[in-house]
Amino acid sequence: MSDRLSVLYDHPGPKARRRNAVLSVVVALLLLAGLWWIYDTLNGKNQLTAQKWEPFLTAQMWTTYLLPGLLETLKAAALSVIISIPVGALLGVARLSDHAWLRWVAGIVVEFFRAIPVLILMVFAAAFYALYTGVSSGARPLVAVVTALVLYNGSVLAEVFRAGILSLPKGQTEAAVAIGMRKTQVMTQILLPQALTVMLPAVISQLVVIVKDTALGGILLSFAELRRAAGTAASVYGNFLAVYVVVAAIYIALNLLLGFGAGYVEKRMRVRRGGGTAGLEPITGVGEAGVPAALVPDDRAT
Amino acid sequence: MDFSFLSDPRYDILGAFWMTIQLTFFSAIGALVLGTVLAAMRVSPVPVLRGFATVYVNIVRNIPLTVVIIMMYFVLFSQLGLRVAERTPGVNPQGYLDTTNFRLAVIGFILYTATFVAEAIRSGINTVPPGQAEAARAIGLRFTQVLGLIILPQAFRAVIAPLASVLIALIKNTTIASAIGVAEASVIIVTGIEFNPDQITAIFLVVALGFIVLTLPTGLLLGALAKKMAVKR
Repeated sequence: MSDRLSVLYDHPGPKARRRNAVLSVVVALLLLAGLWWIYDTLNGKNQLTAQKWEPFLTAQMWTTYLLPGLLETLKAAALSVIISIPVGALLGVARLSDHAWLRWVAGIVVEFFRAIPVLILMVFAAAFYALYTGVSSGARPLVAVVTALVLYNGSVLAEVFRAGILSLPKGQTEAAVAIGMRKTQVMTQILLPQALTVMLPAVISQLVVIVKDTALGGILLSFAELRRAAGTAASVYGNFLAVYVVVAAIYIALNLLLGFGAGYVEKRMRVRRGGGTAGLEPITGVGEAGVPAALVPDDRAT
Repeated sequence: MDFSFLSDPRYDILGAFWMTIQLTFFSAIGALVLGTVLAAMRVSPVPVLRGFATVYVNIVRNIPLTVVIIMMYFVLFSQLGLRVAERTPGVNPQGYLDTTNFRLAVIGFILYTATFVAEAIRSGINTVPPGQAEAARAIGLRFTQVLGLIILPQAFRAVIAPLASVLIALIKNTTIASAIGVAEASVIIVTGIEFNPDQITAIFLVVALGFIVLTLPTGLLLGALAKKMAVKR
């Protein structure tokens, strides 16, 4: 939050300052009352007793449940993002192909996998592997989760790649063609490497979506990720609230870290490219820590 | 490809998708209201309001929706005893449970989706040229008037497309309500694995088609509306 004054309101005079101060106090009191009410409710429901929170001081809680769960979550997320990038690049390049049929096929694939819920994809992938392939039942949940995440996020990244390639200056292609490169060479040696750097922040932001979506694997697939491991722990220790608060905090910390990473990479790239923020200063006085609008995949809200 | 399951009474396909539509409808309205309030808080002159909205958005946005929905049931409902439906002893206990789960899911979707709505609206506010706000202040409008009469109407026209993406994401996200026992579209494929694993691909295609029927027109209609409503600058 910056302290720069926004253009939405005048520089506060004595009266406005008083009014803001009064409002601040009122809101602060309301928040405190809300916090007190939460504390009171928790206390009344015996949620704050040592017995509920002590398990977090024991090694067993962490080594048996939370850390293995976190490891599975990170494993699924890492595998998904590593496989999604080449899949996304292939689909994105195919959508820019000179051959109409290839553009069509890639377009249909991308639109299809963006239109259906990841959870449905996961369930189907698990059933498919069980029925038609020899994937062992132990490995199946992870493989199914990664498959579904790759299909969905590969499709999202395909759009990001496409926008990234289209955002490159035309002179890049023209110069490459002028020195006698072929279409494939232009794409693989000139355009793709540059597009990758342009979209790196968007890929890191997509990682947040992937990390959150790994939790879907625990609902119907019995994939032992963090949320599911935590659910097991909660029923063992009988402290659902405490466990879920801790698990939510772990996810928040992990994703905020990724979010800051994306912002940092983006800022560094802007400096390297020598460009400032394009356009006017944002009206709110709050800059968008973001990617150029063209590169923001439009279904961030998953 | 064997589609004989379509005539099987165990598959209430229309009913399941009707549940998806209901979840989406109530959650979308709630999220739009809460999201607008959060966005207004984020640009308000009162620092405490700004801080609260910022913290709320950044915290809730980073929790997996699965965790949010399951927390609704296991934490809010069973640990803290929040009651969201009327219970008449002895009358239709299953109906009571279904209503409870449905409402808990809707609350979860609203709390989560509102953060994305707020971010979309805030980016929409940023598309309004500063001159608009300066002119509004120059003729003596207060902050609430500047925001309500000048900025938000223009911002809303600019955010129809991003809000359409949020709505489509919400339609797909409603499947997560199955985690707390709401029988929406994902129930079809779960039933399929149990009773007709041999037809699983056909069942998957039918469910996929159902979602395409829901998401594609939504995207196209709102996309056309976004073009029509865009403020010519």
